[in-house]
Amino acid sequence: MTQLPPPSAKKLGLVIDLDTCVGCHACVISCKGWNTENYGAPLSDQNAYSGAASGTFLNRVHSYEVQPDEGTAQLIHFPKSCLHCEDAPCVTVCPTGASYKRSEDGIVLVNESDCIGCGLCAWACPYGARELDAAEGVMKKCTLCVDRIYNENLPEEDREPACVRTCPAGARHFGDLGDPGSAVSQLVEERGGFDLMPELGTKPVNKYLPPRPKDVEPDINVLAPYLEPVAQDGAGLIHWLDKALSALPGGSK
Amino acid sequence: MSLDEPKLDLSPKVSDEVRKTTCYMCACRCGINVHMKDGEVAYIEGNRDHPVNQGVLCAKGSAGIMQHNAPSRLRAPLKRVGPRGSGQFEEITWEEALTTATKWLKPLREKHPEKLAFFTGRDQSQSFTSFWAQGFGTPNYAAHGGFCSVNMAAAGIYTMGGAFWEFGQPDWDHTKMLMIFGVAEDHDSNPIKMGIGKIKARGAKVIGVNPIRTGYNAVADDWIGITPGTDGLFILSLIHCLMKAGNMDLDYLARFTNAPVLIDEDPASPQRGEFLRDNEGQPLVIDSRTGKLAPWNGQGVEPDLRGTYRNKGVTHRPVFHLMADRYMSEDYAPEAVAERCGIPAIKIFQTAADLARVAFDQAITLDRPWTDFRGKEHPNMIGRPVSFHAMRGISAHSNGFQTCRALHVLQIILGAVETPGGMRFKPPYPKPATAHPKPHGNVQPGKPLDGPHLGYPQGPDDLLLNDDGKAKRIDKAYTWDNPMSAHGLMHMVISNAHAGDPYKIDTLFMYMANMSWNSSMNTSGVIEMLTDQDEDGNYVIPNIIYSDAYSSEMVAYADLIFPDTTYLERHDCISLLDRPICEADAVADAIRWPVVEPDRDVRGFQSVLCDLGARLGLPGFVNDDGGQKYADYADYIQTHVRRPGVGPLAGWRIGDNGKLQGGRGAPNEAQLQSYIENGGFWMEHVPTEGSYYKPFNQAYQNWAVQMGFYDVEQPYIFQLYVEPMRKFQAAAEGIGHRQPPDHLRSQISKTMDPLPIWYAPFEETSVDLDDFPYHALTQRPMAMYHSWGTQNAWLRQIHGRNPLYLPTAIWTDKGFKDGDWAKVTSTHGMIVVPVAHQASLNPHTVWTWNAIGKRKGAWALGTDASEASEGFLLNHLIHELLPPKGDGLRWANSDPITGQAAWFDLRVNIEKTEPPAEAQPNLTPIQSPVPEGPKDLAWKVGK
Repeated sequence: MTQLPPPSAKKLGLVIDLDTCVGCHACVISCKGWNTENYGAPLSDQNAYSGAASGTFLNRVHSYEVQPDEGTAQLIHFPKSCLHCEDAPCVTVCPTGASYKRSEDGIVLVNESDCIGCGLCAWACPYGARELDAAEGVMKKCTLCVDRIYNENLPEEDREPACVRTCPAGARHFGDLGDPGSAVSQLVEERGGFDLMPELGTKPVNKYLPPRPKDVEPDINVLAPYLEPVAQDGAGLIHWLDKALSALPGGSK
Repeated sequence: MSLDEPKLDLSPKVSDEVRKTTCYMCACRCGINVHMKDGEVAYIEGNRDHPVNQGVLCAKGSAGIMQHNAPSRLRAPLKRVGPRGSGQFEEITWEEALTTATKWLKPLREKHPEKLAFFTGRDQSQSFTSFWAQGFGTPNYAAHGGFCSVNMAAAGIYTMGGAFWEFGQPDWDHTKMLMIFGVAEDHDSNPIKMGIGKIKARGAKVIGVNPIRTGYNAVADDWIGITPGTDGLFILSLIHCLMKAGNMDLDYLARFTNAPVLIDEDPASPQRGEFLRDNEGQPLVIDSRTGKLAPWNGQGVEPDLRGTYRNKGVTHRPVFHLMADRYMSEDYAPEAVAERCGIPAIKIFQTAADLARVAFDQAITLDRPWTDFRGKEHPNMIGRPVSFHAMRGISAHSNGFQTCRALHVLQIILGAVETPGGMRFKPPYPKPATAHPKPHGNVQPGKPLDGPHLGYPQGPDDLLLNDDGKAKRIDKAYTWDNPMSAHGLMHMVISNAHAGDPYKIDTLFMYMANMSWNSSMNTSGVIEMLTDQDEDGNYVIPNIIYSDAYSSEMVAYADLIFPDTTYLERHDCISLLDRPICEADAVADAIRWPVVEPDRDVRGFQSVLCDLGARLGLPGFVNDDGGQKYADYADYIQTHVRRPGVGPLAGWRIGDNGKLQGGRGAPNEAQLQSYIENGGFWMEHVPTEGSYYKPFNQAYQNWAVQMGFYDVEQPYIFQLYVEPMRKFQAAAEGIGHRQPPDHLRSQISKTMDPLPIWYAPFEETSVDLDDFPYHALTQRPMAMYHSWGTQNAWLRQIHGRNPLYLPTAIWTDKGFKDGDWAKVTSTHGMIVVPVAHQASLNPHTVWTWNAIGKRKGAWALGTDASEASEGFLLNHLIHELLPPKGDGLRWANSDPITGQAAWFDLRVNIEKTEPPAEAQPNLTPIQSPVPEGPKDLAWKVGK
């Protein structure tokens, strides 16, 4: 078994806005592109051009339909990747130490050279956030783009995860959730950000922002004045128009 | 066990070089940074400096690397060696391909140029391809707008000088409410996502009107699950509510629209229903300063919405009075339309009230003085911060043009077009219909066409008809069937050519148009037409030339293939002459350039046209000595002069002083290099005082002339009442020398109403609704919109299947369970497909993702690919013609105004059925001209 480091002050993670995520999968593919070309083995694809195609993805978007007791059904797009838990069961279960949590910033990584592909960590992760690469036989997971966020070969503005940089709707935010003053912590505070399945005690660093209430019946008493008829037919409207325009400054002939 | 963390290289080298070009994974045209390693494409991300996407990039864009390397890429020119449709080809040289094409086309040009039909699909070089077709002399040219969204585009141009997407956008920085109609993952892709994200971040409300709650409609704060084809009725009801409550921007209507323009109401006048005009032909208003007639554009004139004009016993009223008469009618009351629209009346009231609340109680005032075209100085800019966006969902119906018009009228009565917080045009728009060319179609053997093919007719005189009343164009654009068909009717070309109606053609030449698959209505029928032979065993359509970069389904149906490059291997210009990439605050254009050279014997299609044009001696493509004028497309982009000072690209032209400048100027042979150095695009900002009210704003108009959008200032007012429509309608009433055939009179008289109306979609009036009770729609998924996703190893893992989604009512009534299949029938055909349940759906509507289904043998996919076994097209259920009416005539399944393909009028029935082995119909496999893709991928360029 592998030990977790003492909790770090700096807790890097993502804040994902479920109110804004349109389910476009931009983050999924940007992640695939960056992480195929960068950290560790490429993210392989099996049956890439034939039946039952499957491949390794570090981030996937699931869509769930929610049907309230009253009112219209809703569709929620739910992007999911490693949540970089503080009490990461995927780390403690690893028999070789390949799975680890960085003591500096809390990012959970797999050291591929030590990974034997046993799959225990994927079994231990309650979120299904790890995928065993079928070609390489090693466990792959979100690295929070550890090879981007500190990368001095990238312009400073690009030192963020690929999924955050690419998200067209601005639904993904990256930062230090250990710092209550950070923009991401503020966002979580303002919008009631929540943990995914907190009852499991994994203490995920990533947070989700809930969708705002939808299909709220507006207060018709507030709206009523906007519907007060000024006329009942065309002739009446022209008569009203005459009065309305005359009432404007310089309106009378 | 160990706390020793491995040492990581936190600053690995990202790439050797970044090359900046323009994406082509859809029609959005974002800027991309292509990271290169060892001379190969390693990673693609968005360009932060680019006006369209500002750094972000969608799934398609990031998956471009898989598109660029797709195994379905064609490798060399092909000559058909088996029967048409078999997919049997032989690779040939470019010389043989071009000689063959020249041999086919040269005699046509000399004797019958119209026997070439040249249609381009997802072409982003239409100002070039149309120039080529014009030089050839055929009237038969268009791109794919006729089956896409011409209703939206044309209604926008005729009403206010531009619609959405390339023409205009919500004022994302100021809007407080966005209402979207019929928008799936339509145009445009990233900017709408960015905009929705932006306005949601500041708590502005989004209302989604769509039978299907996915994508943008899923994040909308309020969803209105309208019944398909009734959007126009819903909008007219909103207009009714707003007018009835006096919630209109009266000042805006008086100054900037034709609401005060007087209509000739003399029942004895041949001009009845047209504008009253002065001796200079200018429409007249009553000037509230004098109470007398005045031209609409007279200096200092204050048009009066109340003003009527009485002459010779007849009272002539302004447009506004006609609108009041019509829309105040109880026919448009929410209670009257609610059931038809599938929207509770209270919801319609609430929506109208909400629009009024935001538009008028939350009005914005920007402290920006400006001067209008009448010389009136305005101290500030007043905004009505409600904005709208709409696309194919309201467009692809037989009542789509009038529905799109209705939406624009709604925007305009709120004063929410070209004002802060509303909709803003993107230069070179706005541009009214009168500033566009008229259509041209006069053929002279051996000579170029008499002008540009496509344009905006102003009345019956502009129709493209021969003296015998027959259509000049093969697609019957600009005929009485569909007089204002501004984008042509690509979906009718093959059907008409096969029927020899209006005439037979010799060569069908197409580019990026998958007509034997998802780009045609009636796919199986089109396949039969493409392969049909006459009694002598000759193909009814004798020659077919096709250009595509990939092994699409259409390849098998051509005789000669010009293999195109991928988008990373080519030159292109995203030109102001065409469909530019501008933003509301800036004019911009862009290029593609070969960030890698092709490793196959392929050529950019536009460069092939430069060569072929020279071989055919087309004017504009040869020098005075007869030699080839443009070595390739790059040469054309830099040196072609369309009008003095104006060429394909507006950036870095050479000014009179020899210095480089944007806008007008002489050609610059180093222009492409300047674009490359600037990240692939050029941009110049609109002056602040010209930023809103563009059609009416002197500062904007001056700047537009300086930039070369047009040669003289041309302010105009919005056309709530479209006079050209009245001219067609009047013809149907017997007025004028050019008369429609009798069988079309009542249709024209009804549908060509100069003020927006709603009528039921044609299909539902021509089938028994008890037999076909449901509506069936398609959407493109976000990760594949306007793309070629099925061949893409990454994207096809996201959307490799397309069940037919059924609403709860149908699902439970018919006892469906997960894993079930259904037989879906229309008046035209039958398919058997997998189904799935979706609750967030209009109860009368079923739908599926479009173009997931693929033909076996296409796209280098294995025959067991889900797309080719379970995937399906709804196209099999949709005919390009309406069911026969017993009059022997071919009635198009299109909008009667523009000819837009009425895809979304489809009515179906659904029954549970035993699962077949594969989705039906299951067409025979075609032989692939390229090998099947590799089984596994582990993509890494830099090792």
